[in-house]
Amino acid sequence: MSDVLIRANNLSVHFPLSRVGFGERPVVRACEGINIEIEKGSFFGLVGESGSGKTTLGRAMLKAAPISNGEVIYTDDDITYDLGTLKGPELKEYRKRAQLIFQDPYAALSPRMTVRDIIAEPLEVMGLTSSREETDTRVREIADLCRLNLEHLRRFPHAFSGGQRQRISIARALVSGPKFIVADESVAALDVSIQADVLNLLNKIQRDSGITFLFISHDLSVIAHTCDFVAVMYLGQIVEAAPTRKLFSETSHPYTKALLSAIPSLDPDVRGHAQRLEGEIPSPINPPPGCRFNTRCPQAQERCRSEVPEWREMSSGHHVACHFSEELA
Amino acid sequence: MTAPLISVKDLTLRFKTDEGLVTAVNTVSFDIASGEVLGLVGESGSGKSVTAKSLMMLNADNSVYDEGSKIILNIDDREHDVLSLKRPAEQMIIRGGAISMIFQEPMASFAPAITIGDQMVEQLMIHSTMTRAEAREISIEMLTRVGIPEPAQRFGQYAFEFSGGMRQRAMVAMALSTKPRLLIADEPTTALDVTIQAQVIELMKDLVKEFHMSILFITHDLGVIAQTADRVAVMYLGNIVETGTVRQVINSPAHPYTRGLLNSLPKLDDLDSPLTPVPGDIPSPLDRPSGCIFHTRCVESGDIAEKCRTEIPVDSIDNASHQVACHLARQGDQA
Ligand SMILES: Nc1ncnc2c1ncn2[C@@H]1O[C@H](COP(=O)(O)OP(=O)(O)OP(=O)(O)O)[C@@H](O)[C@H]1O
Ligand SMILES: Nc1ncnc2c1ncn2[C@@H]1O[C@H](COP(=O)(O)OP(=O)(O)O)[C@@H](O)[C@H]1O
Ligand code: SF4
Ligand code: SF4
Ligand SMILES: [Mg+2]
Ligand SMILES: [Mg+2]
Repeated sequence: MSDVLIRANNLSVHFPLSRVGFGERPVVRACEGINIEIEKGSFFGLVGESGSGKTTLGRAMLKAAPISNGEVIYTDDDITYDLGTLKGPELKEYRKRAQLIFQDPYAALSPRMTVRDIIAEPLEVMGLTSSREETDTRVREIADLCRLNLEHLRRFPHAFSGGQRQRISIARALVSGPKFIVADESVAALDVSIQADVLNLLNKIQRDSGITFLFISHDLSVIAHTCDFVAVMYLGQIVEAAPTRKLFSETSHPYTKALLSAIPSLDPDVRGHAQRLEGEIPSPINPPPGCRFNTRCPQAQERCRSEVPEWREMSSGHHVACHFSEELA
Repeated sequence: MTAPLISVKDLTLRFKTDEGLVTAVNTVSFDIASGEVLGLVGESGSGKSVTAKSLMMLNADNSVYDEGSKIILNIDDREHDVLSLKRPAEQMIIRGGAISMIFQEPMASFAPAITIGDQMVEQLMIHSTMTRAEAREISIEMLTRVGIPEPAQRFGQYAFEFSGGMRQRAMVAMALSTKPRLLIADEPTTALDVTIQAQVIELMKDLVKEFHMSILFITHDLGVIAQTADRVAVMYLGNIVETGTVRQVINSPAHPYTRGLLNSLPKLDDLDSPLTPVPGDIPSPLDRPSGCIFHTRCVESGDIAEKCRTEIPVDSIDNASHQVACHLARQGDQA
């Protein structure tokens, strides 16, 4: 068995809202009872509609969202961290090892800092280098890896194209020498050419350095091309997880099926065969009882409205949460 | 042959900026027939939105149209020279009457402090002789048509109370309520999830059929184009570099840039092929390359690189419908 770098055991993240009138305080159940294991050196994909809880799960794994229930365990060589209770010097060490990349070219890059300073900032804040020379050497090394040259380092971020801004964000995340990176993609899609370039760069970094990635996207075709393992998220829960090829060849959850068929085909002669998913994702404040997908599931039956489907293993490494997966195949 | 609904000829649009005159659209020509969906694709910054806004004279005050730019709208056997409509009263024919526009960011097209319903009613009353009650009835009917649940209640709500998908559909409803002849949809699904995108595309197709209108569909997603367009125009740095039927452009792309876009797409039915981005970055519009506009990034110029750097390729016509601005195509290289 290969090593697991980070795992979530029955993880829930709840955000309490302010009370309206009397009665119970409403709670956003952004993540609920999540079990995932991310293997060391893997490129782990997380996919789902907007609001399904992908970012929240990613943040919980970076200890940047409250762990309300369950645990997140990080294990690397000699150390084991339980993120729920992590603090002090150990939390500081974890911040070095776990980083976030926003896959949004317009994400906040401080307009008044040069690219060099933007990339160097984590080193200075964490006190990882002891002299300006050392910082500069490290920044240049990383910039080079991300195809940014000396001329780029002197400029300010507004002068850069979307693709270059992305590479600046990546360089900034890499500079502290992390072991684990969460790459979070916003819904607004990038240009396909820039997207391909960034995906290739992230894949290369993973191959060359062995960094483990949690790659968040709403686009299954991007995930399919980049990741070796995929988890599909719906309304705060993982509904299916499998090695990439298995997920596509043995799709076992109706939601995964629906996501797949909603991708517009590049073939003009294959039009309108999408298995349309009606409506929108319900509110995570009052998720539907039983299977959370039952309000939109084309296969839903009476049982789905009351009984929560179990998270079970269909075949080696392939898990699903649906009462009727066998009948889908 | 009947005249096209709209005919754009040699459209050149520049912006006056502090850094000089920026060419955003360069001698662009295309026609859209009645009932036709024309897809306009290209990277961000290629000039898709400003081209679309030209059709409605919605570009910013610092815009300058070159002499010789022509946009002709044919409605009820009358020709309207859009760029010469100077007075607001004359422009009524285009703004929200004959042409409607849907934007990428739906929040931008709804006023935040007015209910969705009041905005729809307002727009209808400007463009017709309807009474308020009639306009209200039609608005609610349109909201129903686009699949908004409980439309009568929703009518009285504000844009911020709608989810992203609902806002997009409400915008479609508002844009179509005046029964425009041409709908301009500028990246109408880019900010949406694929599931909601599928719903909106489906909806637009249905309504187009029902109202027999034309659409200028702008997107950078070739999959969306393949699913919606009859014809496609590919734009790069303000120029249209290829036009053809959707099958010609997607199945046998003739311009190296179009091929580059297709090669950088992740394809579900071919997980093993690498993603090949178009190398380099799109040049600044302040610094437009000489010769072929694409030569700084073209991987196919090879032997003729010098020609590409100095000579502007003229549209070559493979047949009546497929046009390419590339020296290679002129050599009869492409079918
Ligand atoms: N700090 C917070 N307080 C209250 N609710 C929150 C908070 N953060 C997230 N949520 C809610 O939790 C749910 C999951 O949000 P999250 O941002 O994780 O979704 P996502 O899958 O990343 O969506 P997207 O694809 O749009 O980025 C949403 O309903 C969101 O509104
Ligand atoms: N008001 C303006 N002033 C100066 N430049 C502008 C203005 N509006 C658009 N542009 C420029 O015109 C070019 C084309 O923009 P746009 O049509 O929005 O691209 P697209 O829609 O293809 O992404 C860009 O370089 C943009 O910066
Ligand atoms: S358990 Fe029922 S509602 Fe849930 S996905 Fe399976 S069939 Fe659909
Ligand atoms: S004209 Fe030359 S540079 Fe331009 S697209 Fe054709 S081959 Fe490439
Ligand atoms: Mg998110
Ligand atoms: Mg645009």
